[in-house]
Amino acid sequence: MGKLISKENKKIFTTPLSVDNPILVQVLGICSALAVTSQLKPAIVMGLAVTIITAFSNVIISLIRHTIPNRIRIIVQLVVVAALVTIVSQILKAVAYDVSVQLSVYVGLIITNCILMGRLEAFAMINKPIPSFIDGLSNGLGYAMILVIVGAVREFLGRGSLLGIQIIPDSFYDAGYINNGMMTMPAMALILLGCVIWIHRAFFSEKD
Amino acid sequence: MDHIISLFFRSIFVDNMIFAFFLGMCSFLAVSKNVKTSLGLGVAVTFVLIITVPVDYLLQVYVLGPDCLAEGVDLSYLSFILFIAVIAGITQLVEMVVERFSPSLYSSLGIFLPLIAVNCAIMGASLFMQQRINLDPSNSQYIGSVVDAVVYAAGSGIGWTLAIVSMGAIREKNAIL
Repeated sequence: MGKLISKENKKIFTTPLSVDNPILVQVLGICSALAVTSQLKPAIVMGLAVTIITAFSNVIISLIRHTIPNRIRIIVQLVVVAALVTIVSQILKAVAYDVSVQLSVYVGLIITNCILMGRLEAFAMINKPIPSFIDGLSNGLGYAMILVIVGAVREFLGRGSLLGIQIIPDSFYDAGYINNGMMTMPAMALILLGCVIWIHRAFFSEKD
Repeated sequence: MDHIISLFFRSIFVDNMIFAFFLGMCSFLAVSKNVKTSLGLGVAVTFVLIITVPVDYLLQVYVLGPDCLAEGVDLSYLSFILFIAVIAGITQLVEMVVERFSPSLYSSLGIFLPLIAVNCAIMGASLFMQQRINLDPSNSQYIGSVVDAVVYAAGSGIGWTLAIVSMGAIREKNAIL
């Protein structure tokens, strides 16, 4: 266990959360990030699902990386990911059916999420299982973090609630406050994501 | 006939893959630098869609659906694995066929073809098709035959191509010279 929190592993864990965030810097996995963030709850579930799948697919591919023939490696990776997504989608249907209906095809589309393929190709194919697990976990969390931020802002401004619980009191509505319907539209997700990227660049881009 | 026409135009404009569902956004942002490459990718995506969606339709109806292989057996939970395997396999096949019969098309599409296997729009079209089989036949989104599946795939592909080409045109016009 001592090896698990070594300096290299710590670095693998923290860079995708800050400097090298998969959504903000590499602009991967945009499709689902935009589509599921109109409310907070599906955004959290989606983020967790992607985190689990990225971590475990990284481990599995890393374990069998020496036996995969180079020409068909994409197909092998896709099948491993698809098997994990099937498991997660079945669990989701059993535990949280309403969220799984809300997410509809986007659970299945985790298979084609670019973050997954990117991590498998760039990290799991050339690294040992434990660093791969950490890398998958932190990339998934980096993705989940952005989803939660965008989802929270959109639900708060668009519906006046968080996780379905009303936050803005009725007296505000009586005084003439109106929910911003624009926030529930897909286009605002893109604009909000742009703002998050802007803030991120402002903090991290001085180095170059 | 009415149904096919309305399905076709609905899947191009109303249910546009990019603008209504955000599918294929990654390559939409990455490859839309100019009209020529956008058109190349759009054609390749449409081509793969027209082959994979009907194949996945037949798989869903004759293999995966309830009571298809044997009484009381419902294999639809295997659809993710089977669909992605079909997509990856057909992408590989299309790549080899194009390389064999039309080297000039291959050299212009070459880099995009392997990328298509991980394009959300392809997988998304198959998953939407799977949902729409269960709809009411009077619904304009209903897919009830191989012809419907081909029409839906063609419409989605053309819609995706229109979107990426128009984006490519805007970016080409606005490019700083």
